[in-house]
Amino acid sequence: MSERKATREGYGDTLAQLGREHPDIVVFDADLSGATYTSRFAAVCPERFFDFGIAEANMVAAAGGMSTVGYVPFVSSFAMFATGRAYEQVRNTVGYPHLNVKVCASHAGISVGEDGASHQCCEDIALMRSIPGMTVICPSDYIEACAAVRAAYEYRGPVYMRLGRYAVPVINDRPDYSFELGKGIQMRDGSDVTVVATGLLVASALEAAETLATEGISVRVINIHTIKPLDEEIILRAARETGKILTAEEHSVIGGLGEAVCSLLSEKLPTTVHRLGVQDVYGHSASAAVLLHEFGMDGEGVAAAVRRLVNG
Amino acid sequence: MNDKSRRELELAACEVRRGIIEATHAAKSGHPGGSLSAADMFTYLYLRELRVDPAEPEAPWRDRFVLSKGHTAPGLYAVLALRGFFPREALLTLRHTGSILQGHPSLGITPGVDMSTGSLGQGISAAVGMALGGKLSGADWRVYALLGDGEIQEGEVWEAFMSAAHFGLSNLCVIIDSNRLQIDGEVAKVMSPYPIDAKMRAFGFGVCTIDGHSFDDMERAFAEARACSDRPFCIIMNTVKGKGVSFMENNASWHGKATNDEQTAAALAEIAAKRAELEEVAQ
Repeated sequence: MSERKATREGYGDTLAQLGREHPDIVVFDADLSGATYTSRFAAVCPERFFDFGIAEANMVAAAGGMSTVGYVPFVSSFAMFATGRAYEQVRNTVGYPHLNVKVCASHAGISVGEDGASHQCCEDIALMRSIPGMTVICPSDYIEACAAVRAAYEYRGPVYMRLGRYAVPVINDRPDYSFELGKGIQMRDGSDVTVVATGLLVASALEAAETLATEGISVRVINIHTIKPLDEEIILRAARETGKILTAEEHSVIGGLGEAVCSLLSEKLPTTVHRLGVQDVYGHSASAAVLLHEFGMDGEGVAAAVRRLVNG
Repeated sequence: MNDKSRRELELAACEVRRGIIEATHAAKSGHPGGSLSAADMFTYLYLRELRVDPAEPEAPWRDRFVLSKGHTAPGLYAVLALRGFFPREALLTLRHTGSILQGHPSLGITPGVDMSTGSLGQGISAAVGMALGGKLSGADWRVYALLGDGEIQEGEVWEAFMSAAHFGLSNLCVIIDSNRLQIDGEVAKVMSPYPIDAKMRAFGFGVCTIDGHSFDDMERAFAEARACSDRPFCIIMNTVKGKGVSFMENNASWHGKATNDEQTAAALAEIAAKRAELEEVAQ
């Protein structure tokens, strides 16, 4: 786990590769192409890169229009603006007509760090999940982000992809890694409890599982990179086999992965679930590492949450 | 424009107006006022200006039309029916369960509708995206978007205008229906967007202002729009909200309600009288 890379970088690198392969890809940004890494696409396909300036609503709805004339727009900004400011454009001009637009937003979650609460979007999964027909993806590392961008291109329909600013551990660097939309990945087997995690919390969960193994607690770790549609089967199996579930996400506990898992289990297999996430509060300025520790989202924090669940 | 052509359009506009009244009456709701103010424009667009084929509503070569002021769907539906995109009887199913005619235009549900609209301000952005795609692919089809003068209070509209000029979208023609009324009353009193022409020029558009009930004006304006090769073009049309049904004209209360049986009969009689008058002149 020594190498660290941001998921946004995987997005930019893959866009640049895909752009050369597929002339129907166009990329829109709203004056953040350096931060979202769409600049890497712009460098190789400048004629298909469009900067819309600081005007996210227009950018998102224009992507809807452009998708109807034979192009596949990838639209980027920060998660706060792409899903917050432009929520209704995503809902009405991308979602309702079920258009082939990929909204790929960086700087999601508290790990934005020093910019503080105004830029730390912890509500984007909730917003995007609520739109009928929207696929919601949150890659756990650089490698998964690369695979997810390809999968999003190959899938026909609206996609929201949540990307992070912070360089996170590369955890999927193995020859048998494969990404399938809507399919969770069991990262580690365990019998006492399951951590169902998404995004950078998958690495934290793996770290916690190592620690807890030395304490005699056997932790299964599931990576849910596609939050919608949710892989129900892998979660139901974990609930049956390990009994207790901890969900873990760098997002509000309202409307995110935790709530999706609770909805599933309460209807199909009532199970004790604890939700690790942002507890209905705003973040603040600090380094990403400090914030992740404060919000209990590093390995130590996940381990503590598992102990509370197992011993409580 | 010769007399025959003008009369043909005037007669067709009567049919569009009849469709608007009958559809909204059958729906017991909907937006007749702004549909009627734009009825002549709908007629001209679909009978003269747009290259479309009702037999192939999704033809890649077609011109695109985005009704950004989506609440005036009855006007669009009436002209699409007239042009043969679907049977006229469908108009009487407007807003009913299972109808192909939703309360606001819906892509993939109604033949001939090029974009889902209804949330004001978004249609023009979608039109910008289409025009950008047309430019990028070197296509010769054009994109037309119709907005209301109340609608341009939405900030997104100005983001869209700014981007249309920035990207040099000379294949985009914006039409603003200036009927001067919105739900809460006079546009100028609710939140004035005037002067629209100076704003559009400042935003980098070629601009011309016309009488939105004159087909001769439309013919000249669209010729000018097509000739404008270095920037997007905007036609501002001064219109009368509710045009063609005297008790609705210039009355904001007819923005979003349907006529009852008695009012419907009166409105249809007035439209029929206009039609008879036109036919008499023709003979």
